[in-house]
Amino acid sequence: MRTKRRYSLWLSGLALTVLAVFVVFEPWVCPYDPLAIDFVPLSPPSLKNLFGTDELGRDVFSRFVAGTRISFIVGTVSVFFAATIGILIGLVAAYSKKLRALLMRMIDAIWAFPMIMLALALAASLEPGLGSVIIVIAVVYSPLFARVVYGQALSIMERDFVAAARALGCGAVRLLLTHVLPNLAAAILVQATLSVGTAIVLESSLSFLGVGIQPPTPSWGLIMQSGYRWLEQAHWISILPGIGIYVTVVSYSVLGDWLRIVLDPKQVTT
Amino acid sequence: MTAFLARRLAQTLITLFMVTLISFVLSMILPGDPTLALVGPEGATKEMLEVYRTELGLDQPIYVQYLKWLGRVIGGDLGVSIRTRAQVTTLFVQRLPVTLELLVLGVIFAILLAFPLGIMASLRPNTWIDTTGTVLAVSGVAMPQFFLAMVLILVFSLWLGWFPSSGYVEPWKHLWRSINSLILPAISLGFVVAAETMRQLRSSMLEVLHDEYIQTARAKGLKEFLVITKHALRNALIPVVTVLGLRIGRLIGGLVIIEVVFSLPGIGQMLLNAVLFKDMPVLQSGVLLVALAVTVMNLLVDISYSLIDPRIRYG
Repeated sequence: MRTKRRYSLWLSGLALTVLAVFVVFEPWVCPYDPLAIDFVPLSPPSLKNLFGTDELGRDVFSRFVAGTRISFIVGTVSVFFAATIGILIGLVAAYSKKLRALLMRMIDAIWAFPMIMLALALAASLEPGLGSVIIVIAVVYSPLFARVVYGQALSIMERDFVAAARALGCGAVRLLLTHVLPNLAAAILVQATLSVGTAIVLESSLSFLGVGIQPPTPSWGLIMQSGYRWLEQAHWISILPGIGIYVTVVSYSVLGDWLRIVLDPKQVTT
Repeated sequence: MTAFLARRLAQTLITLFMVTLISFVLSMILPGDPTLALVGPEGATKEMLEVYRTELGLDQPIYVQYLKWLGRVIGGDLGVSIRTRAQVTTLFVQRLPVTLELLVLGVIFAILLAFPLGIMASLRPNTWIDTTGTVLAVSGVAMPQFFLAMVLILVFSLWLGWFPSSGYVEPWKHLWRSINSLILPAISLGFVVAAETMRQLRSSMLEVLHDEYIQTARAKGLKEFLVITKHALRNALIPVVTVLGLRIGRLIGGLVIIEVVFSLPGIGQMLLNAVLFKDMPVLQSGVLLVALAVTVMNLLVDISYSLIDPRIRYG
Protein backbone atom coordinates (compact mmCIF):
# COMPACT_ATOMS: atom_id res chain seq x y z
CA MET A 1 0.00 0.00 0.00
CA ARG A 2 2.81 2.37 0.93
CA THR A 3 4.73 1.93 -2.30
CA LYS A 4 1.54 2.22 -4.33
CA ARG A 5 0.77 5.53 -2.68
CA ARG A 6 4.32 6.69 -3.36
CA TYR A 7 3.95 5.97 -7.05
CA SER A 8 0.62 7.70 -7.41
CA LEU A 9 1.94 10.66 -5.46
CA TRP A 10 5.01 10.99 -7.67
CA LEU A 11 2.94 10.62 -10.82
CA SER A 12 0.46 13.23 -9.62
CA GLY A 13 3.29 15.57 -8.70
CA LEU A 14 4.81 15.07 -12.12
CA ALA A 15 1.49 15.69 -13.90
CA LEU A 16 0.84 18.87 -11.95
CA THR A 17 4.39 20.08 -12.57
CA VAL A 18 4.01 19.58 -16.31
CA LEU A 19 0.68 21.42 -16.27
CA ALA A 20 2.21 24.19 -14.14
CA VAL A 21 4.92 24.58 -16.79
CA PHE A 22 2.14 24.89 -19.38
CA VAL A 23 0.47 27.58 -17.30
CA VAL A 24 3.60 29.67 -16.64
CA PHE A 25 5.41 29.24 -19.93
CA GLU A 26 2.34 29.06 -22.15
CA PRO A 27 3.67 31.30 -24.95
CA TRP A 28 6.86 29.24 -25.20
CA VAL A 29 5.26 25.80 -24.86
CA CYS A 30 2.55 26.40 -27.47
CA PRO A 31 4.01 25.27 -30.78
CA TYR A 32 1.52 27.44 -32.71
CA ASP A 33 -0.90 30.28 -32.10
CA PRO A 34 -3.93 28.64 -30.42
CA LEU A 35 -6.32 30.91 -32.35
CA ALA A 36 -4.65 30.76 -35.76
CA ILE A 37 -6.35 28.77 -38.51
CA ASP A 38 -3.25 27.36 -40.17
CA PHE A 39 -3.81 23.69 -40.85
CA VAL A 40 -5.99 21.18 -42.67
CA PRO A 41 -9.16 20.83 -40.54
CA LEU A 42 -9.81 17.57 -38.65
CA SER A 43 -6.42 16.00 -39.30
CA PRO A 44 -5.47 13.28 -36.80
CA PRO A 45 -2.59 13.57 -34.30
CA SER A 46 0.82 13.60 -35.94
CA LEU A 47 4.32 14.82 -35.17
CA LYS A 48 3.39 18.22 -36.59
CA ASN A 49 0.13 18.48 -34.63
CA LEU A 50 0.56 16.39 -31.47
CA PHE A 51 -3.17 16.36 -30.64
CA GLY A 52 -4.37 16.77 -34.23
CA THR A 53 -6.34 19.76 -35.54
CA ASP A 54 -9.90 20.88 -34.91
CA GLU A 55 -12.82 21.58 -37.22
CA LEU A 56 -11.45 25.00 -38.22
CA GLY A 57 -7.87 23.83 -38.67
CA ARG A 58 -6.43 25.05 -35.37
CA ASP A 59 -3.74 23.09 -33.53
CA VAL A 60 -5.47 21.20 -30.68
CA PHE A 61 -2.29 20.84 -28.61
CA SER A 62 -1.70 24.61 -28.62
CA ARG A 63 -5.32 25.14 -27.64
CA PHE A 64 -4.96 22.54 -24.91
CA VAL A 65 -1.92 24.32 -23.46
CA ALA A 66 -3.66 27.69 -23.60
CA GLY A 67 -6.74 26.07 -22.08
CA THR A 68 -4.62 24.72 -19.22
CA ARG A 69 -3.78 28.27 -18.30
CA ILE A 70 -7.44 29.35 -18.28
CA SER A 71 -8.57 26.30 -16.34
CA PHE A 72 -5.86 26.67 -13.69
CA ILE A 73 -6.49 30.38 -13.27
CA VAL A 74 -10.22 29.75 -12.84
CA GLY A 75 -9.62 26.80 -10.51
CA THR A 76 -7.18 28.46 -8.13
CA VAL A 77 -8.60 31.99 -8.11
CA SER A 78 -12.18 30.85 -7.58
CA VAL A 79 -11.20 28.43 -4.81
CA PHE A 80 -9.20 31.22 -3.16
CA PHE A 81 -12.28 33.45 -3.11
CA ALA A 82 -14.52 30.57 -2.06
CA ALA A 83 -12.20 29.86 0.86
CA THR A 84 -12.13 33.52 1.85
CA ILE A 85 -15.92 33.81 1.85
CA GLY A 86 -16.33 30.45 3.55
CA ILE A 87 -13.77 31.20 6.26
CA LEU A 88 -15.46 34.49 7.00
CA ILE A 89 -18.94 32.94 7.28
CA GLY A 90 -17.70 29.92 9.22
CA LEU A 91 -15.76 32.00 11.75
CA VAL A 92 -18.59 34.46 12.32
CA ALA A 93 -21.08 31.60 12.73
CA ALA A 94 -18.80 29.85 15.22
CA TYR A 95 -18.22 33.03 17.22
CA SER A 96 -21.59 34.73 17.25
CA LYS A 97 -24.42 32.72 18.78
CA LYS A 98 -26.93 35.23 17.40
CA LEU A 99 -25.91 34.91 13.77
CA ARG A 100 -25.16 31.19 13.93
CA ALA A 101 -28.64 29.81 13.21
CA LEU A 102 -29.25 32.26 10.38
CA LEU A 103 -25.90 31.73 8.67
CA MET A 104 -25.84 27.96 8.95
CA ARG A 105 -29.47 27.53 7.80
CA MET A 106 -28.58 29.75 4.85
CA ILE A 107 -25.62 27.49 4.09
CA ASP A 108 -27.91 24.44 4.38
CA ALA A 109 -30.33 26.01 1.93
CA ILE A 110 -27.60 26.79 -0.58
CA TRP A 111 -26.38 23.25 -0.05
CA ALA A 112 -29.80 21.92 -1.05
CA PHE A 113 -29.18 23.11 -4.60
CA PRO A 114 -27.02 20.83 -6.68
CA MET A 115 -23.85 22.81 -7.45
CA ILE A 116 -24.27 22.84 -11.19
CA MET A 117 -27.88 24.07 -10.91
CA LEU A 118 -26.93 26.95 -8.69
CA ALA A 119 -23.98 27.71 -10.94
CA LEU A 120 -26.26 27.69 -13.99
CA ALA A 121 -28.79 30.00 -12.38
CA LEU A 122 -26.03 32.39 -11.25
CA ALA A 123 -24.32 32.25 -14.61
CA ALA A 124 -27.59 33.29 -16.22
CA SER A 125 -27.56 36.47 -14.17
CA LEU A 126 -24.06 37.52 -15.22
CA GLU A 127 -22.45 38.39 -18.51
CA PRO A 128 -20.67 35.20 -19.58
CA GLY A 129 -16.89 35.32 -19.38
CA LEU A 130 -13.83 34.59 -17.28
CA GLY A 131 -14.73 36.90 -14.39
CA SER A 132 -18.28 35.58 -14.09
CA VAL A 133 -17.14 31.97 -14.06
CA ILE A 134 -14.76 32.77 -11.19
CA ILE A 135 -17.52 34.54 -9.24
CA VAL A 136 -20.01 31.72 -9.84
CA ILE A 137 -17.62 28.97 -8.72
CA ALA A 138 -16.49 31.02 -5.71
CA VAL A 139 -20.08 31.45 -4.54
CA VAL A 140 -21.04 27.84 -5.16
CA TYR A 141 -17.97 26.47 -3.36
CA SER A 142 -18.04 28.78 -0.36
CA PRO A 143 -20.50 26.62 1.71
CA LEU A 144 -17.97 23.79 1.53
CA PHE A 145 -15.40 25.93 3.33
CA ALA A 146 -17.94 27.51 5.65
CA ARG A 147 -18.92 24.05 6.90
CA VAL A 148 -15.37 22.83 7.42
CA VAL A 149 -14.35 26.05 9.19
CA TYR A 150 -17.51 26.22 11.29
CA GLY A 151 -17.25 22.63 12.50
CA GLN A 152 -13.60 22.85 13.45
CA ALA A 153 -13.78 26.36 14.85
CA LEU A 154 -16.56 25.32 17.23
CA SER A 155 -14.37 22.70 18.85
CA ILE A 156 -11.31 24.95 18.94
CA MET A 157 -13.31 27.66 20.68
CA GLU A 158 -13.84 25.22 23.54
CA ARG A 159 -10.12 24.73 24.08
CA ASP A 160 -8.25 26.20 27.04
CA PHE A 161 -5.94 28.50 25.11
CA VAL A 162 -8.94 30.29 23.65
CA ALA A 163 -10.38 30.77 27.12
CA ALA A 164 -6.98 32.03 28.25
CA ALA A 165 -6.75 34.48 25.37
CA ARG A 166 -10.23 35.70 26.16
CA ALA A 167 -9.38 36.12 29.83
CA LEU A 168 -6.44 38.28 28.81
CA GLY A 169 -8.88 40.58 27.05
CA CYS A 170 -8.35 39.47 23.47
CA GLY A 171 -10.96 40.96 21.15
CA ALA A 172 -13.15 38.95 18.77
CA VAL A 173 -11.31 39.74 15.54
CA ARG A 174 -7.89 39.20 17.04
CA LEU A 175 -9.03 36.00 18.75
CA LEU A 176 -10.39 34.55 15.54
CA LEU A 177 -7.53 35.60 13.32
CA THR A 178 -4.52 34.87 15.53
CA HIS A 179 -5.75 32.02 17.73
CA VAL A 180 -8.50 30.14 15.93
CA LEU A 181 -7.66 30.53 12.24
CA PRO A 182 -4.06 29.19 12.40
CA ASN A 183 -5.42 26.00 13.92
CA LEU A 184 -7.74 25.59 10.95
CA ALA A 185 -5.03 26.07 8.34
CA ALA A 186 -4.46 22.35 7.75
CA ALA A 187 -8.13 21.54 7.23
CA ILE A 188 -8.58 24.54 4.91
CA LEU A 189 -5.50 23.66 2.89
CA VAL A 190 -6.69 20.08 2.37
CA GLN A 191 -10.16 21.23 1.38
CA ALA A 192 -8.71 23.81 -1.01
CA THR A 193 -6.46 21.29 -2.71
CA LEU A 194 -9.33 18.88 -3.22
CA SER A 195 -11.57 21.71 -4.44
CA VAL A 196 -9.26 23.09 -7.14
CA GLY A 197 -9.61 19.88 -9.11
CA THR A 198 -13.38 19.74 -8.91
CA ALA A 199 -13.64 23.49 -9.57
CA ILE A 200 -11.82 22.87 -12.84
CA VAL A 201 -14.42 20.21 -13.67
CA LEU A 202 -17.22 22.65 -12.87
CA GLU A 203 -15.63 25.30 -15.07
CA SER A 204 -15.32 22.87 -17.95
CA SER A 205 -18.94 21.75 -17.45
CA LEU A 206 -20.21 25.32 -17.52
CA SER A 207 -18.14 26.13 -20.59
CA PHE A 208 -19.36 22.94 -22.22
CA LEU A 209 -22.95 24.02 -21.63
CA GLY A 210 -22.23 27.42 -23.16
CA VAL A 211 -22.57 29.55 -20.03
CA GLY A 212 -18.90 29.63 -18.99
CA ILE A 213 -15.83 30.81 -20.87
CA GLN A 214 -16.85 32.09 -24.28
CA PRO A 215 -15.27 31.22 -27.62
CA PRO A 216 -12.78 31.76 -29.16
CA THR A 217 -10.86 31.70 -25.83
CA PRO A 218 -9.63 28.14 -25.49
CA SER A 219 -10.83 26.42 -22.30
CA TRP A 220 -10.85 22.67 -21.81
CA GLY A 221 -14.63 22.52 -21.65
CA LEU A 222 -15.00 24.62 -24.79
CA ILE A 223 -12.49 22.59 -26.79
CA MET A 224 -14.44 19.47 -25.87
CA GLN A 225 -17.75 21.08 -26.74
CA SER A 226 -16.58 22.06 -30.20
CA GLY A 227 -15.11 18.60 -30.66
CA TYR A 228 -18.29 16.90 -29.52
CA ARG A 229 -20.00 17.65 -32.82
CA TRP A 230 -17.11 15.96 -34.65
CA LEU A 231 -16.83 12.96 -32.35
CA GLU A 232 -17.21 10.44 -35.15
CA GLN A 233 -14.79 12.06 -37.61
CA ALA A 234 -12.25 13.50 -35.16
CA HIS A 235 -12.52 12.11 -31.65
CA TRP A 236 -9.08 13.46 -30.67
CA ILE A 237 -10.41 17.00 -30.39
CA SER A 238 -12.49 16.14 -27.32
CA ILE A 239 -10.90 12.98 -25.98
CA LEU A 240 -7.35 14.32 -25.43
CA PRO A 241 -8.42 17.44 -23.48
CA GLY A 242 -10.81 15.17 -21.57
CA ILE A 243 -7.93 13.01 -20.48
CA GLY A 244 -6.15 16.22 -19.46
CA ILE A 245 -8.99 17.19 -17.13
CA TYR A 246 -9.15 13.67 -15.75
CA VAL A 247 -5.43 13.54 -14.96
CA THR A 248 -5.55 16.98 -13.35
CA VAL A 249 -8.44 16.12 -11.06
CA VAL A 250 -6.98 12.76 -10.04
CA SER A 251 -3.65 14.44 -9.31
CA TYR A 252 -5.25 17.09 -7.12
CA SER A 253 -7.22 14.50 -5.21
CA VAL A 254 -4.12 12.33 -4.64
CA LEU A 255 -2.27 15.43 -3.47
CA GLY A 256 -5.15 16.43 -1.19
CA ASP A 257 -5.34 12.97 0.38
CA TRP A 258 -1.60 13.00 0.92
CA LEU A 259 -1.75 16.42 2.55
CA ARG A 260 -4.52 15.21 4.80
CA ILE A 261 -2.40 12.33 6.04
CA VAL A 262 0.79 14.37 6.38
CA LEU A 263 -0.88 17.26 8.18
CA ASP A 264 -2.88 15.08 10.54
CA PRO A 265 -0.81 12.14 11.76
CA LYS A 266 -3.56 11.05 14.16
CA GLN A 267 -5.94 10.16 11.38
CA VAL A 268 -6.03 6.48 10.44
CA THR A 269 -6.57 5.67 6.79
CA THR A 270 -8.28 2.63 5.39
CA MET B 1 -39.81 8.66 16.80
CA THR B 2 -42.73 11.09 16.52
CA ALA B 3 -40.78 13.81 18.29
CA PHE B 4 -37.85 13.22 15.99
CA LEU B 5 -40.05 13.29 12.93
CA ALA B 6 -41.67 16.52 14.05
CA ARG B 7 -38.31 18.17 14.68
CA ARG B 8 -36.88 16.91 11.41
CA LEU B 9 -39.96 18.08 9.51
CA ALA B 10 -39.72 21.52 11.09
CA GLN B 11 -36.07 21.75 10.05
CA THR B 12 -36.99 20.68 6.54
CA LEU B 13 -39.69 23.32 6.37
CA ILE B 14 -37.23 26.05 7.41
CA THR B 15 -34.75 24.88 4.79
CA LEU B 16 -37.52 24.81 2.20
CA PHE B 17 -38.53 28.35 3.11
CA MET B 18 -34.93 29.46 2.61
CA VAL B 19 -34.89 27.55 -0.66
CA THR B 20 -37.94 29.43 -1.95
CA LEU B 21 -36.29 32.69 -0.91
CA ILE B 22 -33.12 31.84 -2.80
CA SER B 23 -35.09 30.74 -5.87
CA PHE B 24 -36.99 33.99 -5.79
CA VAL B 25 -33.89 36.14 -5.30
CA LEU B 26 -32.23 34.29 -8.17
CA SER B 27 -34.98 35.38 -10.50
CA MET B 28 -34.72 38.95 -9.21
CA ILE B 29 -31.04 39.27 -10.06
CA LEU B 30 -31.49 38.01 -13.58
CA PRO B 31 -30.67 40.92 -15.83
CA GLY B 32 -32.68 41.95 -18.82
CA ASP B 33 -36.30 42.97 -18.83
CA PRO B 34 -38.54 39.90 -19.13
CA THR B 35 -41.29 42.03 -20.66
CA LEU B 36 -38.88 43.24 -23.30
CA ALA B 37 -37.94 39.63 -24.00
CA LEU B 38 -41.62 38.89 -24.38
CA VAL B 39 -42.57 41.53 -26.93
CA GLY B 40 -39.21 41.67 -28.68
CA PRO B 41 -36.85 44.65 -28.85
CA GLU B 42 -38.48 46.18 -31.92
CA GLY B 43 -41.94 47.53 -32.05
CA ALA B 44 -42.39 47.57 -28.30
CA THR B 45 -44.21 50.70 -27.31
CA LYS B 46 -44.11 52.01 -23.78
CA GLU B 47 -47.80 51.27 -23.32
CA MET B 48 -47.42 47.71 -24.49
CA LEU B 49 -44.59 47.13 -22.04
CA GLU B 50 -46.72 48.57 -19.25
CA VAL B 51 -49.57 46.20 -20.08
CA TYR B 52 -47.28 43.19 -19.95
CA ARG B 53 -45.62 44.45 -16.79
CA THR B 54 -48.97 44.65 -15.04
CA GLU B 55 -49.98 41.30 -16.43
CA LEU B 56 -46.84 39.68 -15.03
CA GLY B 57 -47.20 41.56 -11.75
CA LEU B 58 -43.77 43.16 -12.14
CA ASP B 59 -45.00 46.60 -11.10
CA GLN B 60 -45.59 45.55 -7.48
CA PRO B 61 -43.13 45.74 -4.57
CA ILE B 62 -40.74 42.82 -4.27
CA TYR B 63 -42.14 41.28 -1.08
CA VAL B 64 -45.65 41.34 -2.53
CA GLN B 65 -44.31 39.62 -5.64
CA TYR B 66 -42.61 37.04 -3.43
CA LEU B 67 -45.69 36.30 -1.31
CA LYS B 68 -47.95 36.10 -4.34
CA TRP B 69 -45.50 33.81 -6.06
CA LEU B 70 -45.17 31.62 -2.96
CA GLY B 71 -48.95 31.36 -2.63
CA ARG B 72 -49.31 30.31 -6.24
CA VAL B 73 -46.46 27.79 -5.99
CA ILE B 74 -48.04 26.14 -2.94
CA GLY B 75 -51.27 25.96 -4.90
CA GLY B 76 -49.44 24.14 -7.69
CA ASP B 77 -49.38 27.05 -10.15
CA LEU B 78 -45.82 27.63 -11.31
CA GLY B 79 -46.68 30.40 -13.72
CA VAL B 80 -46.35 30.79 -17.45
CA SER B 81 -43.19 30.35 -19.48
CA ILE B 82 -42.10 33.70 -20.89
CA ARG B 83 -40.67 32.10 -23.99
CA THR B 84 -43.35 29.60 -24.98
CA ARG B 85 -46.30 31.08 -23.04
CA ALA B 86 -47.18 27.55 -21.89
CA GLN B 87 -48.02 26.62 -18.30
CA VAL B 88 -44.77 25.75 -16.50
CA THR B 89 -46.54 22.93 -14.65
CA THR B 90 -47.61 21.40 -17.97
CA LEU B 91 -44.06 21.72 -19.33
CA PHE B 92 -42.70 19.91 -16.30
CA VAL B 93 -45.26 17.12 -16.46
CA GLN B 94 -44.49 16.63 -20.16
CA ARG B 95 -40.78 16.33 -19.55
CA LEU B 96 -40.86 14.43 -16.29
CA PRO B 97 -41.07 10.84 -17.68
CA VAL B 98 -37.67 10.98 -19.46
CA THR B 99 -35.97 12.50 -16.47
CA LEU B 100 -37.51 10.09 -13.98
CA GLU B 101 -36.73 7.06 -16.10
CA LEU B 102 -33.16 8.28 -16.52
CA LEU B 103 -32.78 8.85 -12.77
CA VAL B 104 -34.19 5.44 -11.85
CA LEU B 105 -31.99 3.64 -14.39
CA GLY B 106 -28.98 5.64 -13.20
CA VAL B 107 -29.54 4.63 -9.59
CA ILE B 108 -30.14 0.99 -10.53
CA PHE B 109 -26.91 1.00 -12.50
CA ALA B 110 -25.05 2.58 -9.60
CA ILE B 111 -26.32 -0.03 -7.12
CA LEU B 112 -25.65 -2.92 -9.49
CA LEU B 113 -22.07 -1.77 -9.95
CA ALA B 114 -21.30 -0.55 -6.45
CA PHE B 115 -22.60 -3.36 -4.27
CA PRO B 116 -20.92 -6.41 -5.81
CA LEU B 117 -17.66 -4.55 -6.42
CA GLY B 118 -17.64 -2.87 -3.01
CA ILE B 119 -18.33 -6.14 -1.18
CA MET B 120 -15.79 -8.09 -3.23
CA ALA B 121 -13.16 -5.40 -2.66
CA SER B 122 -13.73 -5.52 1.10
CA LEU B 123 -13.48 -9.32 1.18
CA ARG B 124 -10.27 -9.37 -0.81
CA PRO B 125 -8.48 -6.15 0.08
CA ASN B 126 -5.34 -5.27 -1.88
CA THR B 127 -5.97 -7.75 -4.68
CA TRP B 128 -6.66 -7.04 -8.34
CA ILE B 129 -10.38 -6.74 -7.72
CA ASP B 130 -9.79 -4.18 -4.99
CA THR B 131 -7.45 -2.24 -7.27
CA THR B 132 -10.03 -2.32 -10.07
CA GLY B 133 -12.60 -0.98 -7.65
CA THR B 134 -10.29 1.80 -6.50
CA VAL B 135 -9.44 2.82 -10.04
CA LEU B 136 -13.13 2.88 -10.99
CA ALA B 137 -13.99 4.84 -7.87
CA VAL B 138 -11.31 7.46 -8.47
CA SER B 139 -12.28 7.71 -12.14
CA GLY B 140 -15.93 8.14 -11.31
CA VAL B 141 -15.23 11.07 -9.07
CA ALA B 142 -12.59 12.71 -11.25
CA MET B 143 -14.11 12.36 -14.68
CA PRO B 144 -16.39 15.16 -15.85
CA GLN B 145 -19.73 13.56 -16.68
CA PHE B 146 -19.76 14.93 -20.21
CA PHE B 147 -16.36 13.37 -20.84
CA LEU B 148 -17.53 9.94 -19.69
CA ALA B 149 -20.64 10.37 -21.82
CA MET B 150 -18.53 11.20 -24.89
CA VAL B 151 -16.26 8.20 -24.38
CA LEU B 152 -19.31 5.93 -24.02
CA ILE B 153 -20.91 7.38 -27.15
CA LEU B 154 -17.68 7.00 -29.08
CA VAL B 155 -17.09 3.37 -28.08
CA PHE B 156 -20.55 1.85 -27.71
CA SER B 157 -22.50 3.92 -30.16
CA LEU B 158 -20.23 5.12 -32.95
CA TRP B 159 -17.70 2.27 -33.00
CA LEU B 160 -19.67 -0.76 -31.83
CA GLY B 161 -23.16 0.48 -32.71
CA TRP B 162 -24.79 -1.21 -29.70
CA PHE B 163 -26.78 1.74 -28.40
CA PRO B 164 -28.17 4.94 -29.92
CA SER B 165 -26.16 8.11 -29.22
CA SER B 166 -29.20 10.34 -28.81
CA GLY B 167 -32.96 10.43 -28.81
CA TYR B 168 -35.62 8.94 -26.57
CA VAL B 169 -38.50 6.49 -26.90
CA GLU B 170 -41.32 6.57 -24.36
CA PRO B 171 -41.55 3.40 -22.27
CA TRP B 172 -45.27 2.93 -23.00
CA LYS B 173 -44.54 2.92 -26.73
CA HIS B 174 -41.73 0.40 -26.68
CA LEU B 175 -40.31 -0.59 -23.30
CA TRP B 176 -37.12 -2.25 -24.47
CA ARG B 177 -36.24 0.45 -27.00
CA SER B 178 -36.89 3.01 -24.30
CA ILE B 179 -34.48 1.41 -21.85
CA ASN B 180 -32.00 0.86 -24.65
CA SER B 181 -32.02 4.55 -25.53
CA LEU B 182 -31.28 5.46 -21.91
CA ILE B 183 -28.57 2.92 -21.04
CA LEU B 184 -25.58 5.09 -21.99
CA PRO B 185 -27.07 8.22 -20.35
CA ALA B 186 -27.87 6.22 -17.21
CA ILE B 187 -24.32 4.90 -16.98
CA SER B 188 -22.84 8.37 -17.47
CA LEU B 189 -25.18 9.73 -14.83
CA GLY B 190 -24.89 6.94 -12.28
CA PHE B 191 -21.15 6.42 -12.42
CA VAL B 192 -20.32 9.09 -9.83
CA VAL B 193 -22.86 7.60 -7.43
CA ALA B 194 -21.52 4.12 -8.04
CA ALA B 195 -17.98 5.32 -7.37
CA GLU B 196 -18.69 6.99 -4.05
CA THR B 197 -21.05 4.25 -2.85
CA MET B 198 -18.47 1.62 -3.69
CA ARG B 199 -15.75 3.45 -1.77
CA GLN B 200 -17.97 3.88 1.27
CA LEU B 201 -19.23 0.29 1.15
CA ARG B 202 -15.70 -1.04 0.99
CA SER B 203 -14.45 0.90 3.97
CA SER B 204 -17.48 0.30 6.20
CA MET B 205 -17.51 -3.41 5.31
CA LEU B 206 -13.81 -3.62 6.25
CA GLU B 207 -14.60 -2.10 9.61
CA VAL B 208 -17.50 -4.44 10.30
CA LEU B 209 -15.81 -7.64 9.11
CA HIS B 210 -13.38 -7.59 12.02
CA ASP B 211 -16.10 -7.44 14.63
CA GLU B 212 -16.63 -10.34 16.99
CA TYR B 213 -20.19 -11.14 15.96
CA ILE B 214 -18.92 -11.98 12.50
CA GLN B 215 -16.54 -14.51 14.04
CA THR B 216 -19.43 -15.86 16.10
CA ALA B 217 -21.61 -16.18 13.04
CA ARG B 218 -18.85 -18.05 11.22
CA ALA B 219 -18.10 -20.19 14.28
CA LYS B 220 -21.65 -21.39 14.55
CA GLY B 221 -21.35 -22.72 11.02
CA LEU B 222 -23.38 -20.13 9.13
CA LYS B 223 -22.86 -20.15 5.38
CA GLU B 224 -20.37 -17.47 4.32
CA PHE B 225 -22.96 -15.90 2.01
CA LEU B 226 -25.35 -15.39 4.91
CA VAL B 227 -22.56 -14.08 7.14
CA ILE B 228 -21.77 -11.44 4.54
CA THR B 229 -25.29 -10.44 3.56
CA LYS B 230 -27.25 -10.80 6.80
CA HIS B 231 -24.63 -9.91 9.37
CA ALA B 232 -21.89 -7.82 7.82
CA LEU B 233 -23.72 -5.97 5.06
CA ARG B 234 -26.65 -4.91 7.16
CA ASN B 235 -24.39 -3.38 9.77
CA ALA B 236 -22.22 -1.71 7.17
CA LEU B 237 -25.17 -0.16 5.40
CA ILE B 238 -25.82 3.04 7.36
CA PRO B 239 -22.96 5.18 6.05
CA VAL B 240 -23.55 3.71 2.61
CA VAL B 241 -27.17 4.82 2.57
CA THR B 242 -26.08 8.28 3.67
CA VAL B 243 -23.66 8.58 0.78
CA LEU B 244 -26.14 7.09 -1.66
CA GLY B 245 -28.89 9.47 -0.56
CA LEU B 246 -26.69 12.57 -0.69
CA ARG B 247 -25.33 11.52 -4.05
CA ILE B 248 -28.74 10.99 -5.59
CA GLY B 249 -29.37 14.63 -4.77
CA ARG B 250 -26.24 15.56 -6.67
CA LEU B 251 -27.31 13.24 -9.46
CA ILE B 252 -30.21 15.55 -10.21
CA GLY B 253 -27.65 18.27 -10.95
CA GLY B 254 -25.90 16.05 -13.45
CA LEU B 255 -29.14 15.68 -15.39
CA VAL B 256 -28.59 18.94 -17.22
CA ILE B 257 -25.29 17.83 -18.70
CA ILE B 258 -26.37 14.30 -19.54
CA GLU B 259 -29.62 15.40 -21.17
CA VAL B 260 -27.77 17.95 -23.27
CA VAL B 261 -25.08 15.51 -24.41
CA PHE B 262 -27.60 12.81 -25.35
CA SER B 263 -30.26 15.31 -26.57
CA LEU B 264 -32.96 13.92 -24.28
CA PRO B 265 -36.11 16.04 -24.00
CA GLY B 266 -36.08 16.15 -20.19
CA ILE B 267 -36.21 18.67 -17.40
CA GLY B 268 -32.45 19.24 -17.41
CA GLN B 269 -32.46 20.42 -20.98
CA MET B 270 -35.48 22.58 -20.32
CA LEU B 271 -33.60 24.26 -17.48
CA LEU B 272 -30.55 24.95 -19.63
CA ASN B 273 -32.80 26.51 -22.26
CA ALA B 274 -34.42 28.58 -19.55
CA VAL B 275 -30.96 29.83 -18.55
CA LEU B 276 -29.95 30.60 -22.11
CA PHE B 277 -33.20 32.38 -22.95
CA LYS B 278 -33.57 33.97 -19.51
CA ASP B 279 -36.98 32.36 -19.10
CA MET B 280 -37.42 33.35 -15.48
CA PRO B 281 -40.55 31.39 -14.41
CA VAL B 282 -39.22 28.12 -15.81
CA LEU B 283 -35.77 28.57 -14.28
CA GLN B 284 -37.18 29.60 -10.94
CA SER B 285 -39.59 26.65 -10.75
CA GLY B 286 -36.96 24.22 -11.93
CA VAL B 287 -34.42 25.31 -9.36
CA LEU B 288 -37.12 25.21 -6.70
CA LEU B 289 -38.32 21.71 -7.61
CA VAL B 290 -34.80 20.35 -7.71
CA ALA B 291 -33.97 21.76 -4.29
CA LEU B 292 -37.28 20.41 -3.02
CA ALA B 293 -36.43 16.94 -4.31
CA VAL B 294 -32.98 17.08 -2.70
CA THR B 295 -34.36 18.23 0.66
CA VAL B 296 -37.03 15.53 0.71
CA MET B 297 -34.37 13.01 -0.26
CA ASN B 298 -32.27 14.01 2.75
CA LEU B 299 -35.29 13.64 5.01
CA LEU B 300 -35.98 10.15 3.65
CA VAL B 301 -32.36 9.16 4.20
CA ASP B 302 -32.57 10.24 7.83
CA ILE B 303 -35.79 8.32 8.38
CA SER B 304 -34.48 5.20 6.65
CA TYR B 305 -31.75 4.80 9.29
CA SER B 306 -34.20 3.37 11.79
CA LEU B 307 -35.40 0.82 9.26
CA ILE B 308 -31.88 -0.39 8.59
CA ASP B 309 -30.72 -0.32 12.18
CA PRO B 310 -33.48 -0.87 14.76
CA ARG B 311 -30.99 0.10 17.49
CA ILE B 312 -31.30 3.71 16.38
CA ARG B 313 -34.03 5.36 18.40
CA TYR B 314 -34.88 8.93 17.69
CA GLY B 315 -35.24 10.57 21.08
